Order: sequence, then structure tokens, then C-alpha cells
Amino acid sequence: MASLSEQLLHRIRDAHKRRKLTWWERLYLPAIAQGLLLTSRHFWRNLFLHVAHRLGFFREVPASVTIQYPDERRKTAPRLRTRHRLTQRPDGTPRCVACMMCETICPAHCIYITPGEHPDPNIEKYAKSFDIDLGKCVYCGYCVEACPEDAIRMDTQRHDIAAYSRDGMWLDIIELLHPGSRQHTDPPKKYVQLELDEFRKLSHLPPSPPTSGTPPLPA
Amino acid sequence: MWADLAIKLGVSGLVLLGVLNFAGMQTWLERKQSALMQDRIGANRAYFTVPWWLGGAPVNWLLRKLGGLGILNALADVLKLLTKEDFIPQTADRWLHTLAPLLAVFFAILAFAAIPIGPPVEVWGRVIPLQVADINVGLLVVLALASIGVYGVILAGMVSGSNLATLGGLRASSQMLAYEIALGVSLIGVIMCYATLDLGQVVARQGQLLWGWLPMWGVVVQPLGCVIFMTAALAETKRIPFDLPESEPEIIGYFTEYSGMKFGLFFLSDFVEVVLVAALTTTLFFGGWQVPYLARDGFHFPWGAFVAVSHLAYVGMGIAAFTVKVMAFIWFFMLIRWTLPRFRYDQLMHLGWKILFPLSLANIAVTAVVVVALA
Repeated sequence: MASLSEQLLHRIRDAHKRRKLTWWERLYLPAIAQGLLLTSRHFWRNLFLHVAHRLGFFREVPASVTIQYPDERRKTAPRLRTRHRLTQRPDGTPRCVACMMCETICPAHCIYITPGEHPDPNIEKYAKSFDIDLGKCVYCGYCVEACPEDAIRMDTQRHDIAAYSRDGMWLDIIELLHPGSRQHTDPPKKYVQLELDEFRKLSHLPPSPPTSGTPPLPA
Repeated sequence: MWADLAIKLGVSGLVLLGVLNFAGMQTWLERKQSALMQDRIGANRAYFTVPWWLGGAPVNWLLRKLGGLGILNALADVLKLLTKEDFIPQTADRWLHTLAPLLAVFFAILAFAAIPIGPPVEVWGRVIPLQVADINVGLLVVLALASIGVYGVILAGMVSGSNLATLGGLRASSQMLAYEIALGVSLIGVIMCYATLDLGQVVARQGQLLWGWLPMWGVVVQPLGCVIFMTAALAETKRIPFDLPESEPEIIGYFTEYSGMKFGLFFLSDFVEVVLVAALTTTLFFGGWQVPYLARDGFHFPWGAFVAVSHLAYVGMGIAAFTVKVMAFIWFFMLIRWTLPRFRYDQLMHLGWKILFPLSLANIAVTAVVVVALA
């Protein structure tokens, strides 16, 4: 009894040798009939399911493996690195303290932060503007790991980044705080400055529109 | 005389309408059936809206539904092909280059003239055969026209001024040669069994019952002939697994230098040939317009029951039976096309010359012995 590895070795060695077909195999017709049976089984099953779906039955049994992309989205793993967002304090202001750690570690140099002085004496700085150029971003996730305040995360489950210009891939602080709030038709804006009074109003911004298939964002 | 002409025009219009629609809808069938076989969805997006003065909302609703089924893609295809540039290469012969697709599609459609689509209608004291041309050698005419159809393909390959197209044309001609013979010879058995070349008579005689209960269809008396005929006929349609003349990964095929609606005509002639082959298989081997146990006056079931049927219903059922059978065969050929891989060229020749041809000869010999023994 040869060991498994020897068996495998022999199989690899003999792989190029053609096995002589038996009479039954050389007849071809049985194999053709088998193949036709297989494909027609799929055909009738899927036809039945498509009709049943239209009538409202068997909705839980899929009739095809297709994901109709803009209408349906693939369920992604929650730890998948997707588009960034800035997390918020309970009062709706960004957690970011403009420590510049993410901007420093970013290997693609795609993060641009303008710091400003925070009114709260316990918090030193805040980000006046926080921009990410997605056209440059390599989705390494270093910014998330570098952040000492858990202020930036990559868990929006958005990966449909498309724009008509490079500037269109530029995310400003409003979009980062409320992913999906910017429409693709909006003119791209860079270095949007958050002044202190606007800063207070942030939590009153409309919530981002839900995208189908995207799980709700954790608070 | 004018009445005869009007009747012929009506019948030929009916046949033409049926054939062209069946052929056109095959673009839809091809997309949807392959999608269902491969667990996909297939075409489901193309639709258009009409303004209010053309019907507005209800028509748009219907169009949306049809678009969801992918049916309007056929329309979109035709629009696209018609609006594309019609390019003729400098090295090509302009006149023959234009003639070739017309030849291909013309003879493919012409062959339907001899095929009976329903039982003879008796109305206003006339007997109207539902057959465009009631030819007493109809089978030979169909075979001849089907063979001439390949001239368009060869011509397209020869006059395009492109090596790939020439290769495609050459492949088409040698493939047709290899299969046409098996095709013709396999039909001799049918001719011997029904002792006629008239397709109307062939169908009429398939209405007889064997041993009092089995419809004497071609497939019952000529099972081997049926398999050979269907294989050879598939090769005749130049579709996978016999699409050597147009095998896209090797040579693009005889229509390499065609664009726009001329390319569309080759496409159409392929589909028309599929309908033709389905109609021929139905006519010769599956009883044509015959419904089992249905005679002129009604159903005569083998257990003795009798259900009377009016003449109109008889004709209607005949046409419906023919249509359903043809549709089933189109579906079947499409199933084969999306299941089997393409033959290699030597395998193709091997199958044609060394397997199908001798088998069809053996079929004739056996049939001859049986026919003589029974007579």
C-alpha cells in the first residue's frame, strides 16, 4: 500500500497520459444525455422559481445567483475596510482632536487636517477641516489603528466610489461625519472649514440616507 | 383565380410572419434560456416609454413589464444593427459582399414554402392546404434550398477579402459537404416508410396508428434516422457544437467583415435555419400537425372512446400542435447549444464521414429489409 503522497505523486506523473475511453464513453450519447439532463434540470427549476417569485411564492429560494448590483448589494463582512467615517461624541461633535497621527502615518498622504482650538479647556484641539482624498487612499487602515480617540473608522460598508473628476473623490468633514450625505451631483468641495458655531450645529444635520443592504452604523 | 391568389398570399403571409417572429424571438430565447440554465437572470433592463398621445401610462406599464422580461432587447438589437455603419472593406467585392447575406437569409426562408403548417382547411367548398407551395417533391425542394443557403455563407467568406472570413467560408463548405450527405441519406428511410416525397402526404400518413395504439410518427419507425437527421441538421445550422465556420475564439468566421444589419442578416439566417430544422424534424419525425388520435372528425382513442371535434377546432389544434412541436424543438436545440462544447475540426469530420454516413447507410439497408418483409 503506497502512502498518500506516493499515490498523489503517481497521479501527477500520469496526468498527461490519456486514459483509454471505454466503449460506453466513446458512444458520447449517454454523456450528452447526462449533460442535457443537468442543464435542463437547472432550466426548469429556475423557470419555475422565477414564475413562483412573480406570484409571491418561494421568495426565500433564490432562482439565480445574480446580485443586481445598483439595486442589490453584496453583504460584506463587518470588518471589511470600506470608506472612512468620523465618529461623533454624544453631542454630535467629531471625536477628532486633530492630533495629526493619521495624517502622519498615512502612506498615501491622502488625509488633510486643519486643527483649531477647541472651546472646551479639557480638549486641546479639534479638526477645523478633515479631508480624505479617496483617489489616493490605499485602504490600508493605518489611520484607524493610529487614532488614539477612535475618531476614524472604516466601517461604512460603502465601496462604490465613483466620480466624474478627481476632485469628486475628495471627502470633506461633513461627508465624513455623515456618510452618504453628499450627492454625486454636488460640486466637489475641498477643505470645508467647520467654524465653532457650525460645529455645535453638526448633530442637527439630516441623518444619512440608508443604502439597501448596508447594516445600520454602530453608534 | 383572384381568390386563389389571395389565399396563397394569406398563407404565405402567415408562414412568413410565424417564421420571422420565431427567428427574431430566438435572440430573446437565447439570452433568457442560457441565463436560466446557468442560474443567471439574463436580459431584464431594456425598455422605453411612449408619450401620452401614444397610449401613455398603461402602454408604458406594459413596456416596463416586457422590458423586465427582456423581450424588448430584441427590438433594441435591431435598432442598434440598423443604425450602425455598414462597412465594406476595400478588398471586398461590393456587389457580392452585399448579395451574400441576402442569399443566406432568402433561401433559408424560402425553404418554408414546402412545409405544411396545418391540416387542409375545407371552407366555402374549397380545400385549402395550409402549405405555401403544395409540391409533390417537397422534401427534395427543402433539402435543395437548405443546401443553397450555404452558398451565401461561402460567398461571404470568399468575397470579403479577409483570410479569416475565407477560412470560415471554407470550413462552412466542407462541413456542409460532410453533413449534407448524412442528412439526405438519413431521410431515405423516411421516404421508404411513407412511400412519398410530398411533405403533406408524409404528415398525413403519420396519422396512421401502429398496432392500433401507437401513432406512426417518423421517430417510431425511424429512430436511428431521427437521431442522425437531428445531428446532421444541427450541423447544418452552424451553431455550437458545430459552429466551426464561425468559431469566435479561432477564426471570427465568414462574417468577420460584416457590420450593421448585414451581419444581422447572417444572424437572422442562423436563427431561421434553426426554425427550419425544428420544423423539418417536426414534419418528418414527429407527426407535423398531427395530434395523436385526432382524425378529421374527432378523437378516436385506442380504448374505443370517441370525442367529436368541429372542423375549425380540428384545424386550430393542428396548427397549434405544429407550433408547439416546433417551439419544443427550438428549445431543445437551444439546450444543446448551451450544453455541449464545440467539436474540434477533425472530430467533426470524423463524426460526419465515419459515423453518421455509415450509420445512415446501415439504416437504409435495415429499413429496406423490413419494408420488403412487411409488404
